[in-house]
Amino acid sequence: MTTALVLLVIVPLAATVACVWLPLRAAQAATLASGLVSLGLVLTLLWAPGQSVEAGWLMVDPLSLVFLLAVGFLYPAVAAYSIGYLADEANAAAAAGPQAQADFERYARRFSLGLNAFAWAMLCAPAVNGLALLWVAIEVTTVISALLVAIDATDGATEAAWKYVLIASSGLGIGLLATVFMYYAGAQVLGQSYDLAFAPLLQHAAQLPATPVRLAFVLAVLGFGTKVGLFPVHTWLPDAHSEAPSPVSALLSGALLVVSFYAILRYLQVAQLTLGAQFPHDVLLIFGVASLALAALYLLDQRDLKRLLAYSSVEHMGILAIGVGFGAPMAAAGVLLHVLGHAAAKGNAFMGAGVLVRRFGTKDLHRLRGGLDALRWTGPLLLLAVLALSGMPPFALFRSEFQIVVGGFTTSAWAAAALVGLVVIAFAGLAGSITSVLFRPRVAADDQDEVAAMSRAGSGWMLAPVIAGVVVLIVLGVHPPAVLSDLLARGAAELTGGQ
Amino acid sequence: MTDVTQSVPGLYDGVASSIAVVVLLLEFLMLRAAMLRAQVRLYAVQSFAVSLLAVAVAYGRDVPELYVLAALSFLLKAVAVPAVLLRLMRNADAEIAGSGVLGVASEVLVSIVVAGVGFFLVGQLGIESDVLPSAALSLSVAVVLVAFVLMIMRRDVVSQAVGFFSLENGVSLASLVVAAGMPLILEVAFLFDLLVAVVVFGVLMRLHHARTQSLSTEMLTRLRG
Repeated sequence: MTTALVLLVIVPLAATVACVWLPLRAAQAATLASGLVSLGLVLTLLWAPGQSVEAGWLMVDPLSLVFLLAVGFLYPAVAAYSIGYLADEANAAAAAGPQAQADFERYARRFSLGLNAFAWAMLCAPAVNGLALLWVAIEVTTVISALLVAIDATDGATEAAWKYVLIASSGLGIGLLATVFMYYAGAQVLGQSYDLAFAPLLQHAAQLPATPVRLAFVLAVLGFGTKVGLFPVHTWLPDAHSEAPSPVSALLSGALLVVSFYAILRYLQVAQLTLGAQFPHDVLLIFGVASLALAALYLLDQRDLKRLLAYSSVEHMGILAIGVGFGAPMAAAGVLLHVLGHAAAKGNAFMGAGVLVRRFGTKDLHRLRGGLDALRWTGPLLLLAVLALSGMPPFALFRSEFQIVVGGFTTSAWAAAALVGLVVIAFAGLAGSITSVLFRPRVAADDQDEVAAMSRAGSGWMLAPVIAGVVVLIVLGVHPPAVLSDLLARGAAELTGGQ
Repeated sequence: MTDVTQSVPGLYDGVASSIAVVVLLLEFLMLRAAMLRAQVRLYAVQSFAVSLLAVAVAYGRDVPELYVLAALSFLLKAVAVPAVLLRLMRNADAEIAGSGVLGVASEVLVSIVVAGVGFFLVGQLGIESDVLPSAALSLSVAVVLVAFVLMIMRRDVVSQAVGFFSLENGVSLASLVVAAGMPLILEVAFLFDLLVAVVVFGVLMRLHHARTQSLSTEMLTRLRG
């Protein structure tokens, strides 16, 4: 099992290096292979004894395994989708002459390289043992993903990438301050030369001095919360997620946000042992309700398809924060299921939206019409993804939100009531916009809505991962496999301080 | 506090606090520097001051690891980062920072208030360190807060990047106070991360300059809502 864990951080790195010199097609194949192998390795870890493995600087336990699963699922999905996504541009470039062809080759190579490096950093973050290394891994995800956001080099992408790297890095500066204060708190008990590994910190958490831990926790929520997209430090998120290429948006939204959320959970574990559960839970409830409220309002009146989905991510991160803030074991298990369901649903939504945006050549929700007629496969799949994101049965997010709400009413009824109300508003905004995109017929005279004649090349690559996502959503929603239920229960016990 | 000898700071404490004060003053100078080059040079001097403090701690408190850290952070933050930024600006013609959101005087006033609040609030927390006087911790938080003011008020990519790098200097200062014993390998990992961040900031600044032919961020207003 330790081999699987070590391979997990080596394989994507090897694929990154291979992309430097492999020919383009081989690089894409290597990316997909690395994604599938990573997914296989993460699944193998599910059967490790106690679902925990430790190997030097690496450590996986049920809590981190949930987040590895989210990344491990989206990595191959996005790798496959990108093959189709780039195939379109390859055809266009081939038609435009050798110069365009060379430009495209360079672009595609950078794209594959960045994709692997990004996935590698996101797999490292939950797999490392210790708060300091966790910070390092998350900072690496930031800088790599900022380059991927900027890769299209349009005005919008440049602006979004600059805002993203500046705001997220500053937020992580605060996160580093949190790490330093947590080190200080730990050093009072564990001596000077310890490396912030999780196990000793948790073991002695009850004896840590309260003030530095309190400070570290608040700074961590604010700092890492910048990357999670919690209000009021979410401002970069809609820009970056809407201007990035769609495959990158899927990874940013489905995987990166929750990886940063994982960092907050690690601080929470220590804080609730040192300070008692009340204070950290209240902090998370306040941030969560504020984020959810803001997102619900922005969802109601949004003109841009990808910004709509980005605000839906803010909404779901708010739900996660609230769910953890409830502190009930049932809600905590719901949160972990929500992480997986959101990864599949949001990945699907962005991948479907990517096809739609390509076909219509616009992201404007008022000009996207008749999607269901134009896209025989992607249209219905996008509809399913949006229904899943809105928490409709039989999808996973219905089950998880149900668990969160039921758990919430036992501990904090006002927040649970707010959660239900705001989720309904968000549902109205999201479903209203998307159904008009899909169902409202196009006005025949409006020549702007001319559907681009898109080549069929590679469309299978763009469909397969979305179909896989729907299958995952239904399986998780109807009857999660036993090994996964164990994982979620164990992870929830870790989170609520049980075990 | 009955013991008189405890309340009189010794030479070591005096030197350490002075360097920490210098770091904060340099942050204020960055805020009012009109020339972009001057700002980058001030950052280099500030990084040098932080490295110097690391040497002082290494010598005064006998933490030999910190010599290595001081050397690395000097090479990276006082030499490499400023060199990258200055080189970038050689290609861009912009010399003078665009005016901030507020006038310089108001910016400094805002910063004094923000820094003061941070300074006294952290002082209230009563976090004691046996490595450096706790005033240095308050000063470091003031540096971080003023760096935020700098990033928010200035409207050009160089000032904003320098603001972020100096924020990191503030965090380094804090980590000297409360985490001087942190294993060297972790400190090196943090510095390496900074190096990667600098490269990416450089790439994005170059891209920004190529798209807009300026270093100003004033036209970065397309994305809202």
